[in-house]
Amino acid sequence: MKKNNLIFSLLTVVAIFITSCSGGEKKQEVTGAHTEVVSEGLGQSAVEDNVSAANALQVAKSLDDFKTLVVAIEAAGVEDALVNVGPLTVFAPVNSAFDKLPEGTVATLLLPESKAQLAFILTNHVAPANYPIKQLKKEAKKGRKLYMASGKYLVVENKEDGIYVDGTKILKTVKVSNGWIHVIDNVLVPVE
Amino acid sequence: MKTIFKSLLAITVVSLVLSSCGNEGSSKKGALSSSAAEKVYVAPGEHDEFYAFVSGGFSGQLAVYGLPSGRLFKVIPVFSVDAEKAYGFNEETKPMLNTSHGFIPWDDSHHPDISQTNGELDGRYVFINGNNTPRIAKIDLTTFETTEIIEVPNSAGNHSSSFVTENTEYVVAGTRFSIPYPQKDMPINEYKGNFKGALTFISVNPEDGRMDIKFQLMMPGFNYDLSHPGRGDSHGWFFFSTYNTEEANSLLEVNASQNDKDFIAAINWKKIEEYVNNGGGTKAPANYAHNVYDEHTHTATSTMKKEVLIVNPSEVPGAIYFMPTPKSPHGCDVDPSGEYIVGSGKLAAELTIHSFSKMIKAIEEEKFDGEAYGIPILQYEATLAGAVKQPGLGPLHTEFDGQGNAYTTFFISSEVVKWKLGTWEVIDRKPTYYSVGHLMIPGGNSRKPFGKYVLAMNKITKDRYLPTGPEVTQSAQLYDITGEKMELLLDFPVIGEPHYAAGIPADLIKVNSKKIFRLEENKHEYVTKTEAEAKVVRNGNQVHIYMTMIRSHFAPDNIEGIQVGDEVFFHVTNLEQDYDVPHGIAMIGAQTSELLIMPGQTETFKWFPKQVGVWPFYCTDFCSALHQEMQGYVRVSPKGSNVPITFTLDGDAVDAE
Repeated sequence: MKKNNLIFSLLTVVAIFITSCSGGEKKQEVTGAHTEVVSEGLGQSAVEDNVSAANALQVAKSLDDFKTLVVAIEAAGVEDALVNVGPLTVFAPVNSAFDKLPEGTVATLLLPESKAQLAFILTNHVAPANYPIKQLKKEAKKGRKLYMASGKYLVVENKEDGIYVDGTKILKTVKVSNGWIHVIDNVLVPVE
Repeated sequence: MKTIFKSLLAITVVSLVLSSCGNEGSSKKGALSSSAAEKVYVAPGEHDEFYAFVSGGFSGQLAVYGLPSGRLFKVIPVFSVDAEKAYGFNEETKPMLNTSHGFIPWDDSHHPDISQTNGELDGRYVFINGNNTPRIAKIDLTTFETTEIIEVPNSAGNHSSSFVTENTEYVVAGTRFSIPYPQKDMPINEYKGNFKGALTFISVNPEDGRMDIKFQLMMPGFNYDLSHPGRGDSHGWFFFSTYNTEEANSLLEVNASQNDKDFIAAINWKKIEEYVNNGGGTKAPANYAHNVYDEHTHTATSTMKKEVLIVNPSEVPGAIYFMPTPKSPHGCDVDPSGEYIVGSGKLAAELTIHSFSKMIKAIEEEKFDGEAYGIPILQYEATLAGAVKQPGLGPLHTEFDGQGNAYTTFFISSEVVKWKLGTWEVIDRKPTYYSVGHLMIPGGNSRKPFGKYVLAMNKITKDRYLPTGPEVTQSAQLYDITGEKMELLLDFPVIGEPHYAAGIPADLIKVNSKKIFRLEENKHEYVTKTEAEAKVVRNGNQVHIYMTMIRSHFAPDNIEGIQVGDEVFFHVTNLEQDYDVPHGIAMIGAQTSELLIMPGQTETFKWFPKQVGVWPFYCTDFCSALHQEMQGYVRVSPKGSNVPITFTLDGDAVDAE
């Protein structure tokens, strides 16, 4: 995707330079092209850092269980948000969670025209907050809901066999540098 | 393949652009300035090619810029307290500013020099001198923090400092002002013959960089202005410019300008080192501070040292000579080969260049022209390699490009002059704006300069920038020196006074720059490594708060049981292990600065609550999306109150499950 963008910009530059020199009136376009080239840059997810503890995106990418999730993150173009300083609490569905969706759903969501919808679904899995298990238990006990990046609220429950969000059990928890990943086996589709 | 494709594409773009505009030509005047702009333009996200460490002069600090862009990255606090980084305010760094005169929160930082191995920059440390209360500091270039400061006893106005020898065996500190030795109550006008000028050789441990005064050479009571090490064949020697060889003690602008020639003192430090290693010298009582910051305890300690080894010149015959140099020389600069020593007589009509090989020959042939206090004065003609005639007015400082050229600043005529070593002919001159002091070529004080740019540091700017009242910015100017003629590229404001600088290719340093401190390696006495271990402990009227910080809360964040009259210590640990996620903390009414704590680090500030009430504290560094929520309260009760000490987070104990 990015390579295509680069090539496209360069071609644009060429085209504009060619036209700009054919007459004096195209000055504005030259300026426009210049700005476009300069502002081209990678986001925070491109930062190289092998020293810090791994962030949410790095952890997700390192585990086979999250292959589908990572494909979805990339398709939705939300990588940079997942490496942000946050803090973030991510409820991360494993591959099998996506398999539970009606047939064809994932394929449809991965289409370019579904980008916004996919991003909306993904943000429903991220709370802009620092919620370790200990804190989730407290949230349940005190009857506080989790405010998600989608703008929706999730109910958290402390049941005998574990903590549940939106009726889905947390299977495992991983500390990441910018917050927490709680592993779940369902996609938390936001209810309209 | 993709790379090749991209390159081809790029070439195509360039040729298209060139050919499409080729016929129009570019006779417009803007063409030149736009090429200067391109040369200093570092695109967003790109890195500069060089680091420049520019001294902050009377700010007492050291600023880190990028070249060619002139962008400021960091101001490293060295000799002056700094509220931004809590340097000199927090309990950990207060000992760094301890001296025999007590806590001195300011100094005048002058001449940074980068450590060397085999005569080339190695990028481990930058040393810098404090002029006023004589001190030498070492800045570690993995953390870009001041990690050691040693006070220099028997010195006053530590100016001909802090230059390093070829393998950083020594960092050298010479006094500008001579003073009685030992200090005593005596009439000032009995200066002549009684005051001494100490030249101090501070050894640098090759393993950990630890500094220690090896010996002090008690020279005649002149003013020692600047100095530089020999290199190559002259390695083992050190050269100091002197003025006021008249030994005047008043109205020096007249009385210290009487002699036609002052001296460059040539010191064979290897010979003196050998003398000292064989038990030479006299141990004399002294009192000076040695302050060391430990990266693992995140804490500095200050030790008062009580002894220093004194060497008098007469004890080591054949180790010290004077080379007559016209008119109060300032700069005393050694070319990359080590053969030429350039003296810049501030009031001289020419630059004087001494030859090291001729000096050795003159010593062997005893071509002396008398002596001063027992130190042989070499015949002027015997050491003279040549002179640059009519180079400009008020020469100060020379650096070298490694291509056989030298660049000298001229204060009075406000210019940088390029001249050729060996032929002494002037090749080019370019104005500065205005009244340039020192200049810097990356690696210019080494065997291997990186002769791409010269940075000139100006003392006066007047109309060069938007005015800001009577006090206007000081500046540095960057010239491209890759061509026959110099080209002024950039003029940028700097923190004042930009006295002197050292530069180095970025690649030699940036890979070693530390990202975080490891929490598991934190050995601070009051570290708190998990939230569950956070606590508040009362001991008489002292209260120690062991606090943690992580996005986006403090633990604990509600504290009760503090009383008016308590001495409250906030020991705060940043639990983050993520690059560039510092947290800050500030407490209302604390008579310190805020703290800015890096990931894995612990810092402490003291608070003396004076008023009953409930008082907030908060994070000062925009750490996260919920930074504004990162706050807490301390309840302060009257003295003797029975409100117990409690500390909580979210209404529960910090270790609650």
